[in-house]
Amino acid sequence: MKIEIDRINKSFGSVRANVDISLSVDEGTIHGLLGENGAGKTTLMKVLSGYLQPDAGEIRIDGHPVAFQSPAEAISHGIGMLHQDPLDVPALSVLDNFALGLNRGFWQRRSRLRHQFFSLCLRFGLKLQPDEPLANLTVGERQQLELVRLLALGVRVIILDEPTTGISEPQKVLLFETLHRLADEGLTVIFVSHKLDDVDALCSRASVLRAGRLAGERPAPLERDQLVELMFGHAVTAPAYVSACGDRVVLQAQGLVVHSHLLELEPIDLQACAGEVIGLAGLEGSGQRLFMEACAGIRQPRHGSLLLNGENLAGAPYSRFLERNVAYVPASRLEEGLVSGLTIREHFVLVAQKRGFMVDWDAAGSNAAARIAEYSVVGTPESRVEELSGGNQQRALLSMLPDQLALLMLDHPTRGLDLGSAIWVWQQLHERCERGTVILFTSTDLDELVDNSDRIMVFSGGKVSSPVSSAEVTREELGYMIGGVNL
Amino acid sequence: MNARSLWSRLALGTLPFLLTLATSTLIIVLMGADPFEAFGNLIGGAYESWSKVADIGMAMVPLMLAAAGMLITFAAGLWNIGVEGQMLAGALMTTWVVQSVDAPAPIMLPLTILAGMAGGALWGVLIGALRTYGHVNEIFAGLGLNFVGSALTNYLIFGPWKPPGGATMSGTEPFARAAWMPTIGNTRASWLALLLAGFAILVVYVILRNTRWGLMLKAIGLNATAAHRLGIDTNRHLILAIMACGALAGLGGSMQTTAIYHRLIPQITGGNGYLAQLVVLLSGLRAQWVPLVVLFFASMQVGSPRLELRMQLDSSLGGVVQGTVVLFFLLVSGIRQRLDARSR
Repeated sequence: MKIEIDRINKSFGSVRANVDISLSVDEGTIHGLLGENGAGKTTLMKVLSGYLQPDAGEIRIDGHPVAFQSPAEAISHGIGMLHQDPLDVPALSVLDNFALGLNRGFWQRRSRLRHQFFSLCLRFGLKLQPDEPLANLTVGERQQLELVRLLALGVRVIILDEPTTGISEPQKVLLFETLHRLADEGLTVIFVSHKLDDVDALCSRASVLRAGRLAGERPAPLERDQLVELMFGHAVTAPAYVSACGDRVVLQAQGLVVHSHLLELEPIDLQACAGEVIGLAGLEGSGQRLFMEACAGIRQPRHGSLLLNGENLAGAPYSRFLERNVAYVPASRLEEGLVSGLTIREHFVLVAQKRGFMVDWDAAGSNAAARIAEYSVVGTPESRVEELSGGNQQRALLSMLPDQLALLMLDHPTRGLDLGSAIWVWQQLHERCERGTVILFTSTDLDELVDNSDRIMVFSGGKVSSPVSSAEVTREELGYMIGGVNL
Repeated sequence: MNARSLWSRLALGTLPFLLTLATSTLIIVLMGADPFEAFGNLIGGAYESWSKVADIGMAMVPLMLAAAGMLITFAAGLWNIGVEGQMLAGALMTTWVVQSVDAPAPIMLPLTILAGMAGGALWGVLIGALRTYGHVNEIFAGLGLNFVGSALTNYLIFGPWKPPGGATMSGTEPFARAAWMPTIGNTRASWLALLLAGFAILVVYVILRNTRWGLMLKAIGLNATAAHRLGIDTNRHLILAIMACGALAGLGGSMQTTAIYHRLIPQITGGNGYLAQLVVLLSGLRAQWVPLVVLFFASMQVGSPRLELRMQLDSSLGGVVQGTVVLFFLLVSGIRQRLDARSR
């Protein structure tokens, strides 16, 4: 099906999310939609898939104008959207979720469903276990399930919104293969992303949005520099990382054994000096987060010692870690980091060092305003945190950290952030290193790992490599190690 | 966000009451009575004399105290069904003190107050510990302990604390005069009880609005994981919240014995623990509205017996009105949220 979007406009209050955007996507192609956070990509795709109604403009399928009142209507016309966060029921099995998603009829023919499920997986090379509880699946696998569901509904145009966020490298390779197969079978794929490399690797044509308008279109082969200029209006480069690593040992893990109900890691030994950045590489769920949670005092290690400036903190309560200036910034900001429903000002009162019984709301407000300005958060002290964009939530979280930290851990510090925000975040973090903070962080992006850390530890299937110098390791070697080779 | 006009907000605010009025009118008509006469009796019964007004005041006291406590636990995201048990514990502790201490009023009264608060708080700790360390949902822990409390009360009345003349449903022997809360003139209203109830709601209002602790509870209620990561000792504060609620509810139970019945009777709480949930829901979890809602509920309670006396209608009609108004209030606020979401 050929999709034509004609002069779409959509505003939220005074914010013009989409202004006169027109683009067309041919049948059987993979079309990239690029733009930084807030450029209007998701809004445009929500309009196309029936989640939002445009203020003005028209959508045509194979030349016929259509107007959708709901996502179900869009799906019945063959347009389906895969979301950033798959909506599903974790307590049920994969097959149950598949059946729920199809949502037809009262009686369920289990054997027929199972057959349909298998044949779709086989056709597109996906490996999903139908009886697995959904809670055990990785983000990438849940995405595959959502894809299978849409295909079972007979969708001919598939929109993927930031699908490579939070999935591992092999899963990404698998996803891209699947998408190529879909295009070969004549389906149309629209791939929304702010990651240039992904769009470059996959798409035959890319449209770039900037501040709600169409900034330009380019056919493959895509020129990286051109796309960056279209996205930002100017060239963007990250300053090269200069290590601030000193000699004083701050963090020392000795034979530290961390476990969850799914995974037990082999003993970890690590010595990190003041100002050192250590990247934790590996597939999602290989234990990087477990290790950080143990270092942050959120998870109790089973054995071993964890020395921070000479003091053994293994088994100490979380409050002791906070007193010793240890901080942890989680990847799921609204689930673990911030309290939805509270304002930025209220958050600053909660984390304030000076504690009285009564709250001085005026002082808290001016303090919050100062921090907001310093960290360029787009919002006011009275903004509730869930109203902020992902990038601004991350900025807000960073602004709430104490000034002097001994050890800072970040789970996917730049997940969901655009290039400009990601560069800014790393500048902030490296400044902290110059003041002597040890940083541990996870990422599935090899470039981010190599560009920003002194040493890298690789996690794979419960095994943990000794740290390797990021100046000496190649991306290819890292890729093998993540896959469990030469570990 | 508040784009809606004053008029539509006013309309949404009064809608639950209009709907309740319509529903109760329908019920009264179906029962074959005159609705105007019934409402007249309901209101007239509540305010026919100063003595009735005093009764309303005293009906407000336990309800207000329990509701004040529940505001704290609701802020922390807890469904503290156990308020009923906490009131019982306060009443039991107070009775125990009255039975075992012989002292003049200036010493006795503070003792009974402290005993009531301590009893409720301890009962609350039990629920809180079951919730945080035993991983028992506070609804089940509270509900289970309500039954334990009521069985314990009956055991004490018919066992160790039975009057010399033998145990009856009318409870223990009357308390010594020193343990009676002082009244205003010859009415049944106790100024000390009213003062304590008013003070309690004021304290809770300030706690939730202007203290760090109030904000901490709010954060725990909204997202306990994130609150913990931000450095809040969530277990400790959850238990403290149930304790604080228990202390206020226990004081309410204590007042039932020292200011109203002057003895311990079976069902001493008068169901105020459950009624308080409705009060808090109807006030939209805001302390400033609680006194008004409590006044409304107490008027219904005092007014409805006249329905039975004069019109042979069942006095539980007052309860029907109370329940219906809460249902309609929740329904309308649900509709309001949907409208807000759509206009956004």
